[in-house]
Amino acid sequence: MRKLKLATVWLDGCSGCHMSLLDLDAGLIPVLRKVDIVYGPLVDAQEFPEEVDITLVEGAVSSQEDADRIHEIRQRTKLLVSLGDCAVTANVAGMRNTIPVTKLLQRIYVDGADESKRIPADSLPRLLKLARPAQDFVKIDVCIPGCPPQSRTIAAFLNNLLDGRKPDANAKIKFG
Amino acid sequence: MKRITIEPVTRIEGHAKITIQLDDAGKVAGTQFQVTQIRGFEKFTEGRPFYEMPGITSRICGICPISHQLASAKASDAIMSVRIPKAAKLLREVIHCAQFVQSHALSFFYLSAPDLLLGMNADPQTRNFAGLIEADPELARAGLELRKFGLQVIETLAEERVHASWIVPGGVKAPLSAQNRDRILAGIPEVLATTERVIALFKNKLESFTEEIENFGSFPTMYAALVDGAGDLQFYDGPIRFRDALGGIIQGGIVSEDYSEFIGEASLRDSYLKAPYYRPAGYPDGVYRVGPLARINVAEGCGTPKADAELQEYRRRFGRIPHSAFLYHYARLIEILYALERMANLLARPEALDTHVRASAGVNSLEGVGVIEAPRGTLIHHYKVDENGAIVWANLIVATGHNNLAIGRSVRQVSEHFVHGEHLEEGMLNRVSAVVRAYDPCLSCSTHALGMPLVTVSLVGPDGELLDEIS
Repeated sequence: MRKLKLATVWLDGCSGCHMSLLDLDAGLIPVLRKVDIVYGPLVDAQEFPEEVDITLVEGAVSSQEDADRIHEIRQRTKLLVSLGDCAVTANVAGMRNTIPVTKLLQRIYVDGADESKRIPADSLPRLLKLARPAQDFVKIDVCIPGCPPQSRTIAAFLNNLLDGRKPDANAKIKFG
Repeated sequence: MKRITIEPVTRIEGHAKITIQLDDAGKVAGTQFQVTQIRGFEKFTEGRPFYEMPGITSRICGICPISHQLASAKASDAIMSVRIPKAAKLLREVIHCAQFVQSHALSFFYLSAPDLLLGMNADPQTRNFAGLIEADPELARAGLELRKFGLQVIETLAEERVHASWIVPGGVKAPLSAQNRDRILAGIPEVLATTERVIALFKNKLESFTEEIENFGSFPTMYAALVDGAGDLQFYDGPIRFRDALGGIIQGGIVSEDYSEFIGEASLRDSYLKAPYYRPAGYPDGVYRVGPLARINVAEGCGTPKADAELQEYRRRFGRIPHSAFLYHYARLIEILYALERMANLLARPEALDTHVRASAGVNSLEGVGVIEAPRGTLIHHYKVDENGAIVWANLIVATGHNNLAIGRSVRQVSEHFVHGEHLEEGMLNRVSAVVRAYDPCLSCSTHALGMPLVTVSLVGPDGELLDEIS
């Protein structure tokens, strides 16, 4: 049987959802027999590949670069999964949304600096006005909420999928 | 002038970009290390009650959430003006040690071991943890086991592995049962033995990395870390000590409230990560480093037998104050030994089971600073609140920030040594990324942001034409 191509993506999140994925511990080994991780923070992939079977997205869409990427990822992915509350609702990433971006940057890089007070701008991605969930930009096939989702929720989802069953992420969801 | 871009740098915790400029002779003329995301915790936490801060700032980083919870809780203790119960302090240190084990295991086994064990020039398709499972299943299992052990201790104490809510202002939420203590203690000998096996293996490999040791960010800097009363390694509480490049102690004991007299922050034109510097030396001369290498350099010793034995061997080989960033890996492994031994030592004390674990109080001070050693180095949370306890101002200086200037210089040194000519080899550029990995930068912490890794390396001619590309 062909191994499935799995990609994992970090946008504006804390990596906690990726840690929860790694928390499968030794359970990762049988998963890795059935999938190739073709892209993600743990591998040296150079570019988001064409024709990925499953992509897990952690984090909200917060910069123009994130927005460009989520569109490209959607085009190249069969099953796109929002993993965790930041991808599903913007969650903590969205806590900045009541504050104008310039005020935010001013506070950190001008008021919050002792030397060279200036807002960094050279060849850096521009922040969007709002950090928003991935589903505001592209169609999402499955949402797995949680901050982070428990590893057994992720395991149940992946194993269902790898065994050819329809993904049922609702079975073992814990909010909060 | 030609330009090579590595974006993002892979197998690091966050989103960074490296640009290397080559002159017409193909020599490295300049390098740039950029962190490309920003989240704004210091601003958007304004108005939140201070007791929410451990829960909110935990979400800065899913890898070391305990560090942020602890620094935040310590700043909150200061706002409440309480001295937390002995058992609470002890249990906070135990969970912190557990976090060191899991976080260091992630850095060493999942992110860097593919370079160290499979080789800097190994096929990028398999130069990752999955490749390590294939090539050396025993070592991969050691990594899984160590990371899992640390996280199980965290789960035992705090009920959750990531973003638990057990660490609270005034102490911790629940005491430790004798049964759970015994279970943790029973597991320690095995993981200690695993760590010793891995260290032996790592030392056997060291000879094949002589060139990397000499050129991976090997330059004199100052070092900063917390120490205990005896000047030994300490992760949870103590004054900040600065040593100069020759090993002299230049600041023996900065108490947490005074940090800003000694540490300033500069904004950079081209990075969302600010650059802290040692104020008395000014910017940018005040470069110092934090994290495992710095802690081992700053401390007199570890204070636990196995870690001290290993530290002695390390110092015999590399001297009292080695400067190579490659040795972060070695120092990290020594710290895993220390964290496990220290955990056993703390849990053997009778107060570990004391049920008084939380002090309660309202706002008794309008300002509080909490400083700890996070796995990647010194972490500072500084809050100001109003009479109701709402945050009016917050400043966070995270481990990777302190290392920002040094990482930039290390990228330059590695590029100058390993990247030549107009023909690129992937292994050359992997070394540039590998020196960044050695620092184990947590860029999610440092800009309170994360990104995704993707490397496209292109060599661009003066008119923008593509001369060479690795993809």
